[in-house]
Amino acid sequence: MDPIAVSMDTPEAAPMAAREEVTAVAPRGWSSAAASALMTSDLSLSLSSPSPSPSPSPSPSPSALSVQLPRRRVTAAAIATGLALACPAAPALAGIFGRDEPPATPTLRVATFPDLDRAAQAAAARWAALRPNVPLKLSSLQYADHHLAMTTALATGSGLPDVMAIDLRYIGKFAASGGFVDLDQAPYHAAAHASDYARFALAQGRGPGLTSQIALPADIGPGTLLYRKDVLDKAGVSEAELTHDWTTYLAAGQRIKARTGAFLFGNAGDLRDIALRQGLRDGEGIYFDAEGRVLVDSERFHRAFELGRTARRAGLDARAIAWSNDWAAGFKQGRIATTMIGAWLVGHLRNWLAPETAGLWRAAPLPGGVKAAYGGSFYAIPKKAQNKAAAWDFIRMMTAHPGVQLQALQVLDSFPALVSVYQDPVMDEAIAFLGGQRARQMWRDTAVSIPAIPVHRFDALATDIIRDEFEKVIARGKDIAVALADARSLLERRARRR
Amino acid sequence: MRARGWAPYLFLAPFFVVFLVFGLFPLLFSIYLSFQQWNPAEGLHTMHSVGLENYWYAITDPWFHDSLLNTLWFALVSGAPQHLVALPLAYFIHRQVKRGRDLLVGAYFVPYITSSVAIALIFSTLYSKDYGLINAALSELTRLPFIGSPLEAAQLARGGPIDWLGDADTTRPAVAFVVFWRYLGWNLVLYLSALQVIDQDLYEAATLDGASTWQQFRHVTLPLLKPMIFFAVTLTLIGNLQLFEEPFILVDSEKGVSQSVMTSAIFMYRLAFNDGDFGTASAVSWLLFILIAALTWLNARLFGRDARGAHEAG
Repeated sequence: MDPIAVSMDTPEAAPMAAREEVTAVAPRGWSSAAASALMTSDLSLSLSSPSPSPSPSPSPSPSALSVQLPRRRVTAAAIATGLALACPAAPALAGIFGRDEPPATPTLRVATFPDLDRAAQAAAARWAALRPNVPLKLSSLQYADHHLAMTTALATGSGLPDVMAIDLRYIGKFAASGGFVDLDQAPYHAAAHASDYARFALAQGRGPGLTSQIALPADIGPGTLLYRKDVLDKAGVSEAELTHDWTTYLAAGQRIKARTGAFLFGNAGDLRDIALRQGLRDGEGIYFDAEGRVLVDSERFHRAFELGRTARRAGLDARAIAWSNDWAAGFKQGRIATTMIGAWLVGHLRNWLAPETAGLWRAAPLPGGVKAAYGGSFYAIPKKAQNKAAAWDFIRMMTAHPGVQLQALQVLDSFPALVSVYQDPVMDEAIAFLGGQRARQMWRDTAVSIPAIPVHRFDALATDIIRDEFEKVIARGKDIAVALADARSLLERRARRR
Repeated sequence: MRARGWAPYLFLAPFFVVFLVFGLFPLLFSIYLSFQQWNPAEGLHTMHSVGLENYWYAITDPWFHDSLLNTLWFALVSGAPQHLVALPLAYFIHRQVKRGRDLLVGAYFVPYITSSVAIALIFSTLYSKDYGLINAALSELTRLPFIGSPLEAAQLARGGPIDWLGDADTTRPAVAFVVFWRYLGWNLVLYLSALQVIDQDLYEAATLDGASTWQQFRHVTLPLLKPMIFFAVTLTLIGNLQLFEEPFILVDSEKGVSQSVMTSAIFMYRLAFNDGDFGTASAVSWLLFILIAALTWLNARLFGRDARGAHEAG
């Protein structure tokens, strides 16, 4: 009569079931993903894309590997109404009641999210050849669901995969959890392979205090300035004016606005975000220094806030948040002349944001010589993984195999983290969407010169706090010094607790 | 004999199992959690007791204060009009609309049973700055005589079309309107059902006494509706203090203005799911519970006794 015994797989039955899943992508949640799996996946799919077009699902859709993914607001809302109101402890519950059976065959379980999952899918055949006796089982949940499910799994120590894909936005939080193996240690010795990867991306995958390598980078987003050449020509603005420094960039923006009516960029916040990365050197954090001190009322933040405010006052931003309908329409209709973002946006523009503007865009370095990255994805091995040896092989295959890295570039437009492929002829290819520009050469140069900035577990929180204070400055006239002091005290308050 | 003894419990078991797992356990666990400090990403073993610190931390948090103010603002601005409109509307429909009444009431009720996600998405399209129907209608209105030119001047003064969900000045009213629109039908149905049980003889007697329609409303309908007003206001109060989906979906958390619509429930969500501070989030949920209980009690003190009295009299 024990209801659990009835549904339990017998050990004899398991190998068969596992074999069936060799290459199949199984989006079904495993055990403690139940909390997220409650979400109607088709709902979150159909709402996930901010594209106002009738068929919002891009195909083949580009890299969604970045920080800038469309928020899963809808899904999160559904989760939250279910869980947060009733009880914030519900995810733990799902973990406690979820069963976590050791696999009968040494299946390699990889938990990932779209569109990163397509890179793994594309590499499945290679994996089957590499380790024919270790079947690969991919589970893919929507971006926010995946990271929530992984948080739940880490919390309860149950239902952890062998390989976990982690987006840059979550890497600081996850790395601080202590739930992952240090890849610097035997038998992995990641340090021996350090020169394989873009330096800054490798640093992002390091744990607190940079003492351990928690994750290896699969792809990166070299920051670039994309601009509409036709709009610039009409306004009589040259690329050099855009990129020389922030002053010439904003001045060019005013000419563009006056002569074409187009906005210089989407949102003043975008400018603030990139400007506060100016002048960072290796080892310096964005919001926290190496000792964990809060940096948000430094000169760097003052400058960035002032720059953003100047742009807003001059009416240079379209006041459109990234991934909103207004933002997408701004690109479609040529109302946004430039944008500072990861190189992967080209794929989004080409596939669904503004395909009809093909050939009109060009890529340039970020203004003022800023070298920065937008987003990136990583792979890590949880301490409780069942199959660590295979997990390491898989991670190395995904991140360090030139064929796999180049395949990911073709499948998702993601930029490789593996520096050896930077010499591949594909980097010299002309990109039709950019009017035949060989932009990857520039992005490659950016990728190797981005400073290695450590991530902090409270980076995401700091981003939220800074964004809110910035809005008060530009919309409500709050004094910058007061706003930054408030941000600092709030951040210190939150960070001191944990 | 023995089988018959436990059979009822077996049939009842599904409910109790589900209730224990998804109802009682989370409830009790969140009480426990509210005295703990715990970041779930770090595993269950990192949980440690901090006594009442979470409560103190929440009570002294500036964002919690903001969120409470926002919540009360919503309760007032979206809650009060629901009743001020629903009650007269129910009275009007009850007295005047005979044919197609069910259809009319149904139309008002539909938003209540529609998915809040769908509603929020449709409204975010309507509210869109450059491509929304509302701004399109406003810009059409500028062509009209008389109101046209002041409207245009107002728009120019704002620096373009109104960014309903992107401007701290308009975001809150915009969200409040959606909430009002959504729950109007629910209150309408509540009041209509209460009106339908009022004895027609009372109105006939009042008419014979020479009472006007207004006097009948004021002296017959309103007193007899008191129990329902009490009930409906209580529900609105609780609902508004738990307000989450509409502001959460309508106003992208990527926008700085999202703080202007951060209700206590959203604050709790952000604490738990963004900051990983489940202990404080649990404490906030219990503080909210206490607040809701206190306000409901106050409401009962203010209206409840009268309401009960009227009900007994009726």
